[in-house]
Amino acid sequence: MTEKIELLKPQRPVGIVGYGAYVPRYRLPAKEISRIWTEGQGGLPVTEKSVPGPDEDVATMSIEAARNALKRAGIHAHQLRAVWVGSESHPYAVKPTSTIVAEAIGAVPNTQAADWEFACKAGTEAMVAAMGMVGSKMADYTLAIGMDTAQGRPGDPLEYTAAAGGAAFIIGPAENSVAEIEASYSFVTDTPDFFRRAYQKYPEHGHRFTGEPAYFKHITAAGETMLKATGTTPEDYAYAVFHQPNAKFPQNVASALGFTREQIKTGLLVPMIGNTYSGAAIIGLTAILDVAKPGDKILMVSYGSGAGSDAMVLKVTELIDERRDKAITTIAYVERRTEIDYAEYVRMRGKLTMK
Amino acid sequence: MDIPRHWRLRKQRYGLVGEVCESCNAKVFPPRDICPECGKEAKTLYTFSGHGEVYSYTTVFDAPAGFDETAPYTVAMIKLDEGPLVTAQLTDLENRKVEIGMPVEMVTRKLRNATDERGLLVYGYKFRPVMN
Ligand SMILES: [Zn+2]
Repeated sequence: MTEKIELLKPQRPVGIVGYGAYVPRYRLPAKEISRIWTEGQGGLPVTEKSVPGPDEDVATMSIEAARNALKRAGIHAHQLRAVWVGSESHPYAVKPTSTIVAEAIGAVPNTQAADWEFACKAGTEAMVAAMGMVGSKMADYTLAIGMDTAQGRPGDPLEYTAAAGGAAFIIGPAENSVAEIEASYSFVTDTPDFFRRAYQKYPEHGHRFTGEPAYFKHITAAGETMLKATGTTPEDYAYAVFHQPNAKFPQNVASALGFTREQIKTGLLVPMIGNTYSGAAIIGLTAILDVAKPGDKILMVSYGSGAGSDAMVLKVTELIDERRDKAITTIAYVERRTEIDYAEYVRMRGKLTMK
Repeated sequence: MDIPRHWRLRKQRYGLVGEVCESCNAKVFPPRDICPECGKEAKTLYTFSGHGEVYSYTTVFDAPAGFDETAPYTVAMIKLDEGPLVTAQLTDLENRKVEIGMPVEMVTRKLRNATDERGLLVYGYKFRPVMN
């Protein structure tokens, strides 16, 4: 049976009206982690990772990214009809992050607000829903955020990469957008490659199981379907960005899909900031929007364990040139850095429990 | 844990929302409903830009309970671009030397540590050196 794949396309054309990134300033080099746990032996998945300061969490980081997105969009927060925060590290187990963010940016009270969770693709999940809200004309503007302060168990391979950061997007009508989202497509299956049970501080993961049947299968399927359904080839795209849990996976999946190193390097931030989970693919997208030219096409494919991928095709518009300089660029956040050692990291992340 | 008090202050704390005097256009922070310049009523909400400069500062080494996680830290009086003085903690300083007149910008951060694992998380304004 061959069925025609229907892409997710809104009736009213939609796009990104404003965008903003956030990365905390602290960096823990991977070689410092390996000094503690493996006596410096073995390959390193990234150069260093970002670490949130003691007064930061997903709410505070989302607020700053959202303020950057509002500056670029040039709209008032009251015009937002939804404030959605996707994360797997919401500060509260019960109590929305999104109402804190909505209050801080001045979007309350006439707005929808909700928290999203789908491992590393909670951010794109919120973006797809935001496309639906705007595309159906239920709302003109919605805010979708993907942000995480990911934690890895001390000594676990994930400790090298579990990082903090993310991005915020104001989704609105295409005619007021810096990039039109031409279509999206989601591919999900029940795949238990990574999970965290209630009341557990650190996640479990399936080691080698996280590669082929999880990350590669879902991104490849979503990416290939998107290319086929839109009748495009990798050559049609100026940029591509994929979920980036380490430096190697996105480069391998890019070449499997037919994309070059040149097409992915702008959005490949994981070597410098680590895996920002819900923020990983989308903060790469903000780095691309910071430099893209009108007419450029971008393919983004996220991945969330559990598992699924959201693919999106975007086309940059003329409005990018007048909006991108209205807020702090992504690379400015990436490049501001204060190096910390493992002891400072343990203190800042509350890894030393005294009870 | 004084939840009602934190809740009442959330607007001014999260977003530096004060008031503007309709008579003389003076900006008021923290909100007090009366203009300190002309004495007339000032109840119109005004969101400050968050930009200002260090007016004076002091470093706290012996922090009160609930604030010791980030100690030592620097508390400063900030002269906001719009006029009012506000007292707040400086953040993201690292080993940068604080100077009178240093330009700073408002960020919303956690105000207390989360050592009380069952308690309310309290967010509010701090200032950091201007990023660009
Ligand atoms: Zn007055």
